[in-house]
Amino acid sequence: MKAYIQGAGCISPQETAAGGPFLESVKSYEGNRLAVADPDYKQWIDIKMIRRMSRVIKMGVGASQLSLQDAGITMPDAIITGTAYGCLADTSVFLNKMVTQQEEMLTPTAFIQSTHNTVAGQIALMLGCHAYNNTFVHRAFSFENALLDSMMILQEGNAKHILTGGLDEITDHSHTILSRFGLFRNSISNSADLLQTPGEGTINGEGSAFFVLSSEKGNAVTEMQTPATLYKPSGAVETAVFIKEYLGDVMPDVVISGRSGNADEDMVMGALERKLFPGKAIAGFKHLSGEYPTASAFATWLGHNIIRTQQVPEAVLLSGTAPSAIKNVLIINQYQGTHYSLLLLKAC
Amino acid sequence: MSGKVLVAGGGVICGIGLHLDACLGSFASMRPGMAPMQYLRSVHKDTFPVAEVKADNDTLAQMAGLPKHTSRTALLSMIAAKAAWESTGLGYLTNYRAGFISANTVGGMDKTEDFMNEFLPDNAKGHLRGVVNHECGAVTELVADALGVKHHVSTISTACSSAANALMYGSRLIKNGIVDVVIAGGTDALTRFTLNGFNTLMILDQQKCRPFDDTRTGLNLGEGAGYVVLVSEAVAAKLPNGAWCSLSGYANANDAYHQTASSPEGTGNYLAMKGALEMSGVAASEVAYINLHGTGTQNNDVSEGTAIVKLFGQDVPPASSTKSFTGHTLGASGGIEAVFSALAVKEGIIYPNAQFTTRMKELPFSPVTTFSTGNDLPHVMSNSFGFGGNCSSVIFSR
Repeated sequence: MKAYIQGAGCISPQETAAGGPFLESVKSYEGNRLAVADPDYKQWIDIKMIRRMSRVIKMGVGASQLSLQDAGITMPDAIITGTAYGCLADTSVFLNKMVTQQEEMLTPTAFIQSTHNTVAGQIALMLGCHAYNNTFVHRAFSFENALLDSMMILQEGNAKHILTGGLDEITDHSHTILSRFGLFRNSISNSADLLQTPGEGTINGEGSAFFVLSSEKGNAVTEMQTPATLYKPSGAVETAVFIKEYLGDVMPDVVISGRSGNADEDMVMGALERKLFPGKAIAGFKHLSGEYPTASAFATWLGHNIIRTQQVPEAVLLSGTAPSAIKNVLIINQYQGTHYSLLLLKAC
Repeated sequence: MSGKVLVAGGGVICGIGLHLDACLGSFASMRPGMAPMQYLRSVHKDTFPVAEVKADNDTLAQMAGLPKHTSRTALLSMIAAKAAWESTGLGYLTNYRAGFISANTVGGMDKTEDFMNEFLPDNAKGHLRGVVNHECGAVTELVADALGVKHHVSTISTACSSAANALMYGSRLIKNGIVDVVIAGGTDALTRFTLNGFNTLMILDQQKCRPFDDTRTGLNLGEGAGYVVLVSEAVAAKLPNGAWCSLSGYANANDAYHQTASSPEGTGNYLAMKGALEMSGVAASEVAYINLHGTGTQNNDVSEGTAIVKLFGQDVPPASSTKSFTGHTLGASGGIEAVFSALAVKEGIIYPNAQFTTRMKELPFSPVTTFSTGNDLPHVMSNSFGFGGNCSSVIFSR
């Protein structure tokens, strides 16, 4: 199966929503937690609604609007999101009050906005979209499953444009808890160097990337193949076979690698890259987005823009050189060594 | 993309039984599962009846073959998924290209709530074991790992319609040749989080819920898990006792009216039911039984009922809400009700609607109030609607 990317929108710790040149400059952070660079949400959302919305809802609505604008459509034929954590902030607010107030005197707003389908539902509500609406919440496969569902629905022929996105937010509680699991570096002085200095742990990230996918080419420059996922591979051999079978005869011009800065994970990724793609241009992205389960949506935005602009920004190139004409871009994401996913993007 | 998707079996655990046969017994003898809380610890213990699974975590862990500290959501899931697979007689699950598509709404929240008691006063405290499986997807993976499913594992969360969407996605995976077998459905354990959340919405009944009754004042929460086993035609040919029925139609639509309330005319509900009928190629008049979403709230039942009348006219087929027995099991409900509905086609069962006394003044029909088997049910519809405007309807056919 395949789909054409008719539009894309991304809100991330980089200035991806500002409409400037593609990653010409990057924002670097200190510490171990990246936060999205908020665009002015008032351009899409009524100010009274903005006040009630958590960050993940705002970044979801914002990125979905950017992608619809980019595609030049106002009404998709389906809305499908992937989010591992869902609406963490609202969940946290309700949970905290429930515990500290011993289940008394609670108000409904945070609970209403705590369900994982809040963002997809909110987008439908704002657009008045009665079409198919689904939300995948499966860890680092959430976005991939949303893409697969989109492609299967496009293949059936009744839907022309599907709005598909991946998004997650960080909250103070989630950052504290995930830090206690030892997922992150204690602190780093410059997040842009994350992938050059592998160590113990990665850095926490968040963001939202949406795409308008279509079965029709229209003005699209990027075609997307069916994503593939590999759950808990037995070892690097199984992962290598998985990648080879996915690619068949295709040799990518650029590989976007899911290196996280965590030395153990990057060693596995590095070995795969050297074995399967010697000399090819290898790009990283988690030093720009941070690590989170739906970071592959950011990688998809990156890959699409590499094809659109026919250039690999210096800020993402880890090794090798890209040919002057970039046709195939392969995203190999990995999350904590247990979840691998592949997505091939082609110039069309 | 081609071929039919068949239902090879199903498994349920809920407030009216630890397995499917026990549930049927409860329907036949009109024994709803709502009672004062025994296992969930809440200050609302004496206020709101709930339909708990009648077993503590130690017992469930033993049944599931999982450690005692496992989230109740995963324990329920494992028990029902295992029962579903075993009901098919297809042998080892690992012999198939299999998927496990499980829906839930709050993942391992039951454990997270306890963790927060210690964490909130001091964020260096609280045993991390309590939050390691907080994510919805983590609960699914615990069960997928125990079942030995690796090929395709996914989790869907669209509030109360979650599990119905798991069936749709599972069916599409089979039709596209991605897997041959899918265990699809949902699970949710009762938590203080959901109990208090629904309480703030003021839609919990302090008595047993009365779906589609003019005197209804809200829903009762329940818990449980339910899964059907969906298979390709090739796998169905190997079923020792044949398939239960086919999953002939499904549709998902959004009401796009309000984050939690349904539109008065039931736009999303209507579109979902109509879409499911169109896909199955079944005329409304051929649907022989509707398993209603029927939560017992003022809002749902009038919206759902209005949409049904718009679609079916004055000749509404026999319909009932099994939530009058199981309570509203949220992310599990579409799975539990899919098993009941698929079995209905196979055995000709029409389930009763308990606690019914008075027809709703807005509607020309009343739900069925008695249990019967051996009915001629060529097509059965099951509805699941929820927060976020998410509406889904599925149709099982002989």
